[in-house]
Amino acid sequence: MTTLSTAGPTTPAIPPAPATAPPTPDTRLSQEIRVAGMVWERELIRYTRNRTRIASGLMQPVLFLFVLGYGMSGLVGSTGGFNFRQFVFPGVVAMSVVMTAMFSAISIVWDREFGFLREMLVAPVSRMALVLGKTAGGATVAAAQGTIMLVLAPLVGVRLTPLLVVEVIGLELLMAVAMTTFGVFVASRIQKMEAFQVVMQMLLMPMLFLSGALFPLNNLPKWLSVITRLNPLTYAVAPLRQVVFAAQNMTPAAQARFAAGVTVFGHTLPIMADVAIVVVFALVFFGLAVRGLSRTE
Amino acid sequence: MHGVLGWWVPVTSVDIRSPGPAAGGGRPPAVEVRGLTKHYGDLVAVKEIDFSVAQGEVFAFLGPNGAGKSTTIKMLCTLAHPTSGRAVVAGYDVVSRAKAVRRHIGLVFQEQTLDDQLTAEENLRFHAVLYGVPHDQVDQRITKVMDLVALSDRRKDLVSTYSGGMARRLEIARGMLHTPRVLFLDEPTIGLDPQTRALMWEDVLRLRQEEGVTIFLTTHYMDEAEYADRIAIIDHGTIVALDTPDALKALVGADTVALETADDDAALASLKRAGYTAERTEGGLTAFVADQEAAVGPLVAAVGVPVRTVRAHRPTLDDVFLHFTGREIREQHADAIPMFARAHGARRH
Repeated sequence: MTTLSTAGPTTPAIPPAPATAPPTPDTRLSQEIRVAGMVWERELIRYTRNRTRIASGLMQPVLFLFVLGYGMSGLVGSTGGFNFRQFVFPGVVAMSVVMTAMFSAISIVWDREFGFLREMLVAPVSRMALVLGKTAGGATVAAAQGTIMLVLAPLVGVRLTPLLVVEVIGLELLMAVAMTTFGVFVASRIQKMEAFQVVMQMLLMPMLFLSGALFPLNNLPKWLSVITRLNPLTYAVAPLRQVVFAAQNMTPAAQARFAAGVTVFGHTLPIMADVAIVVVFALVFFGLAVRGLSRTE
Repeated sequence: MHGVLGWWVPVTSVDIRSPGPAAGGGRPPAVEVRGLTKHYGDLVAVKEIDFSVAQGEVFAFLGPNGAGKSTTIKMLCTLAHPTSGRAVVAGYDVVSRAKAVRRHIGLVFQEQTLDDQLTAEENLRFHAVLYGVPHDQVDQRITKVMDLVALSDRRKDLVSTYSGGMARRLEIARGMLHTPRVLFLDEPTIGLDPQTRALMWEDVLRLRQEEGVTIFLTTHYMDEAEYADRIAIIDHGTIVALDTPDALKALVGADTVALETADDDAALASLKRAGYTAERTEGGLTAFVADQEAAVGPLVAAVGVPVRTVRAHRPTLDDVFLHFTGREIREQHADAIPMFARAHGARRH
């Protein structure tokens, strides 16, 4: 105590030069990228450190794949050797991607509760860098989770090729980016932990069930057909199923029965149209997420 | 420990409008506030306050909850927009240069803001990137600040394994990581036990010494304000007093020694003959002295009659607070009572 106070303000140390250099536009950009990278890295650290989260993230899709898959197969039967398990497989992969992405994004609610969000928001960085990092992190983690699901493909008779794996990972990333930006936006509006469960029940489950992940979207009653076409997730699930089906040897009858693409006004949308819809969705919610977080502090 | 502080400000100075200790070798003040005001609707949270804080100073904002402490610190940290007035922190205007201010200040909030699923080092690394600490300096700075708060051996541990006090010290280390000019601590020791509180203060004073950082803190703990070079007492949004702790106490009154003797009248007469200033009070007599500790022995000897009890009293910050606000700070803080029990028991009523 005494030793500290004697060297007190009468002999103040010369303050060291600030470690931060005055920002030029160039260093500012690289600084923003560095920040986004750090936020991304944090998502990965937290994901890999939480084994129970990885396991529980797999649990639900596995349940749907095997329990629902075998349960429904008896009812649906097969066409040309193609059965319901094979049909539902891409949907279940999509489901695991969507749930992981949403969970990752919505962890912002936790960050708010435990204070870490404040550490990020008071820093001299742009909200965009934070959302970018969060989106990249959530997307990486979600795509990883979805790719882990691919090991189950042989068990349900889905044939994988190297090209298919690459295509699936690409589509998973796109879907994950879209869902993470959407999730960050939702999370920025949630102030309380309790609301989190409500959002998951009221938003995520209906979106999943109405996306065509678990049943074909052809021959639906009109009202259900309209709702599924309004659901953005529909356009993320369809391309995934289309590329998976393209790698299987399906008879025309099976293709007709287990429709992969989305039909709008009688026309099946090409994959690129689906992808474009998802990209627009992601961009819109990216902007909304940045705005949502800007309001916070 | 406050004897050296006359350097900062004349001990007799009570003019809160004075520019404060700007004489610090011509260096600009770390914090300069003029007419700062904040309204929330009809409520005036902070009303035209003025003060300045020198580089390297430990400056405490003392006041009850709702007095305007947090609002002021929020404006200085650019987290709240002033309604009127001006504040310059680390040389930058808090309104027009908010980002520059944030780069040059460290912040420790009342509530914890660590990620407890990361290690201490990962938390610090994250912060280093957020504040643009250059790559090649990050490791060196992390080592330095972890040393400063004596947590180097826990560097690789998850924050979830830290105690509340350790987490708070880690936050202080993190606040210092980017070499800020001013470190803001908002009620830094809330919820900490006395030992941890003392440890934290050692850290803070070491930081000031080694890094020359200015410390700006808010508190409603009197004994904590004692660590500060200067204290501003804030009440109802205005600064009612601003000076060194000793000068504030001197303002409130002299040291006193209260005696109960076998014959108080005779004792009073003896004391007056011996040149003491004294008067009869309820149940005894009170002598006014320069230094109560040194005065007790000679005083008792000078009384000349048997002495039954002696109570020496030096004005405390509690007295100062009471004097300036008309009420005792602990009345509003049931949670703060235990830690004042010692001081309270020693007081004369």
